[in-house]
Amino acid sequence: MSAQDAAFLVLAVIGTLAAFRLVTTRNVVHAALSLVVTLGMVAGVYLVLAAEFLAWVQIIIYVGAIIVLLLFSLMLTKAPIGRDALDNQQRGIAALVGAAVLGGLLFLVSDAFSGDKIQPVHTTTEQLGSSIFKAFVMPFEVVSILLLAALIGAVALARKEEP
Amino acid sequence: MIGTIHLSWVLAFSAVLFATGVYGVLARRNAVLVLMSIELMLNAVNVNLVAFSQWVKDALVTGQVFALFVIVVAAAEVGIGLAIVILIYRNRETINLDEVNLLKW
Repeated sequence: MSAQDAAFLVLAVIGTLAAFRLVTTRNVVHAALSLVVTLGMVAGVYLVLAAEFLAWVQIIIYVGAIIVLLLFSLMLTKAPIGRDALDNQQRGIAALVGAAVLGGLLFLVSDAFSGDKIQPVHTTTEQLGSSIFKAFVMPFEVVSILLLAALIGAVALARKEEP
Repeated sequence: MIGTIHLSWVLAFSAVLFATGVYGVLARRNAVLVLMSIELMLNAVNVNLVAFSQWVKDALVTGQVFALFVIVVAAAEVGIGLAIVILIYRNRETINLDEVNLLKW
């Protein structure tokens, strides 16, 4: 077992525990904080996989921006606390479906890729940038338009109507 | 000596995150918590993309570029989703998804 393997295991275990807490906790703010931990651990996994630009993008956009948005909306909607207020009556079926998805995916993964190893190669930001602006210019432009449309749509939706 | 990582471990981590997200989406009734669970599922997909990008080693790093695009689309989705949630709260005084049944047959 290499050092990368060990580091990955630590990150994965903490991330998994925080993810479980996110879907089971009875306090919405604790759920948001668990999401912070999970996203941070995923960023750590990107670092272990030598994708450093993506790791910092993950920290800046997810932990920096999206979590703040989620916390703000929790504050604005006066989210209640307690199991009955946060969960519906389908917990058993939901757990069954989740376990089935997990079992299927794990079977597939262990069947197809057991024993394969990654040798992470450091990806520079320069490499990523030249790839985006040479080979993927068209998807990049499309995604910018999408972001602009989403921004305008969010403002138009959340704005208070003039009397 | 270059360290190696088991591909299947990374994929298993991503599978666990995805299944947890599925459970969260199905079991929660608070709309903001459902959005958080969706974020979990999108992150699982991103982990997969990065792992396969490092495994296949193509010159264009396609997997990482698409992970970036997924992050952008997730940001747009959260922005719109939370605007809709706040609008529902303003009109109905609740964001419990099973009480928002105006269009339910």
